[in-house]
Amino acid sequence: MTYRMTVSPDFSPDFIAGWYIFNTWLQNQLSEAIHLELFDSFDDQRKEIQEDKIDLIFANPYDASTLIRDKGFIAVAAPSGKADEAVICVGTDSDISCVEDLKENCNVSMADDPEVNTIGMIMLEPADLNKGNVNISELSNYVMVAKSLINQQSDVGFFLKESYDNMSKFIKSQIRPIIASEISVITHSFLVGPQLINRVDDIRKLLNDMHNLEKGPGVLASLGFEHWVNQEQEDAEFMIDLMDTLIT
Amino acid sequence: MTDIQLNYHDGTSDNRNVIDEEVPFPEGKLIVSRTDAKGVITHCNQAFVDISAFSESEIIGKPHHLLRHPDMPAAAFKDLWETIESKSKWNGYVKNLRKDGKYYWVYAVVVPNIRKGKVVGYASVRRKPSRTKIDECTELYKTMLAQENEQ
Ligand SMILES: Cc1cc2nc3c(=O)[nH]c(=O)nc-3n(C[C@H](O)[C@H](O)[C@H](O)COP(=O)(O)O)c2cc1C
Repeated sequence: MTYRMTVSPDFSPDFIAGWYIFNTWLQNQLSEAIHLELFDSFDDQRKEIQEDKIDLIFANPYDASTLIRDKGFIAVAAPSGKADEAVICVGTDSDISCVEDLKENCNVSMADDPEVNTIGMIMLEPADLNKGNVNISELSNYVMVAKSLINQQSDVGFFLKESYDNMSKFIKSQIRPIIASEISVITHSFLVGPQLINRVDDIRKLLNDMHNLEKGPGVLASLGFEHWVNQEQEDAEFMIDLMDTLIT
Repeated sequence: MTDIQLNYHDGTSDNRNVIDEEVPFPEGKLIVSRTDAKGVITHCNQAFVDISAFSESEIIGKPHHLLRHPDMPAAAFKDLWETIESKSKWNGYVKNLRKDGKYYWVYAVVVPNIRKGKVVGYASVRRKPSRTKIDECTELYKTMLAQENEQ
């Protein structure tokens, strides 16, 4: 049979080709047919998850919760040095120098990125701000978020740290970070579904060894990280518990 | 600086320095710790070590009352334990005592770690509270503590 692999839609478009290369590599290593299906939206992907159509997934921490607790997926690895962190920025000319300078009804722009938005809102709490007393605009990507700051359509914007770091010099010269999260324990992870349960150990071993295997380092480079780190089911379970505290 | 005797729930007590000086919550960070099912600390992150001024080896193996501040009413912790033991999430504002006697305020969320239906431990994630909430809780806890002392 052909298994289906997918990637959380919040990955950087720079790595689309990388995921196809990874898929080919994994098929060869496992001698299994795997079809890579990429989704533009979280909703489309979640629908397929609900319908049990996904067997392998590079999941964001939110979806990992459903996948592990309700769908019987097993965590095998996480990318090294790629914790999901958020950065809150203002326009360069803004008067705002820290979160506490922000007032009720300020305009907050963000992309459709659940963990970043959760972490971002948490970082606004010290100013007594929450979803109920700010004006939120959800934009299609982080460049649009940066533009909304530059055009002064919003007062603050939330960014995935990695996306902020990869912005062009031109954009970066027009926005200014006021706070960055340093949570370090929240990360995307690679999960294996129930249909491949008998290959879990093989997949765990392959990914954790990938940087030593033939072609491994090149494929990893195309995904934007150097190696995978082992993630036991308990590591993922604990991360889900931590995520749970953040939505309170 | 005052030396205050703190009596804990488990019957133990300790003499601790208490200084009326606040230490700010670390920006952008979360303070994380984890316990076994009995509440004994098994893990903590670097932010926990830094803000508490204890070393990791002084923290691991101890109950969280290591951080108990005398300005905290007992009712807050009674509510915490009743909530988490019934497998629910607890959240609240806590004034914590550092090793050097200074204090720091946190907004804490405590969750039971449930595996295969059983509570195997607890985790707490603390984040930066707003000044408004700290001021509200300072007043509230003063009243609660006064009531507790009358009884
Ligand atoms: C996961 C977890 C985290 C806790 N964090 C704190 C804390 O930060 N500060 C604190 O004073 N008590 C904390 N407590 C509550 C303590 O266990 C304890 O109830 C409290 O310090 C009062 O001490 P006593 O119950 O011994 O009188 C925590 C409990 C758990 C289970």
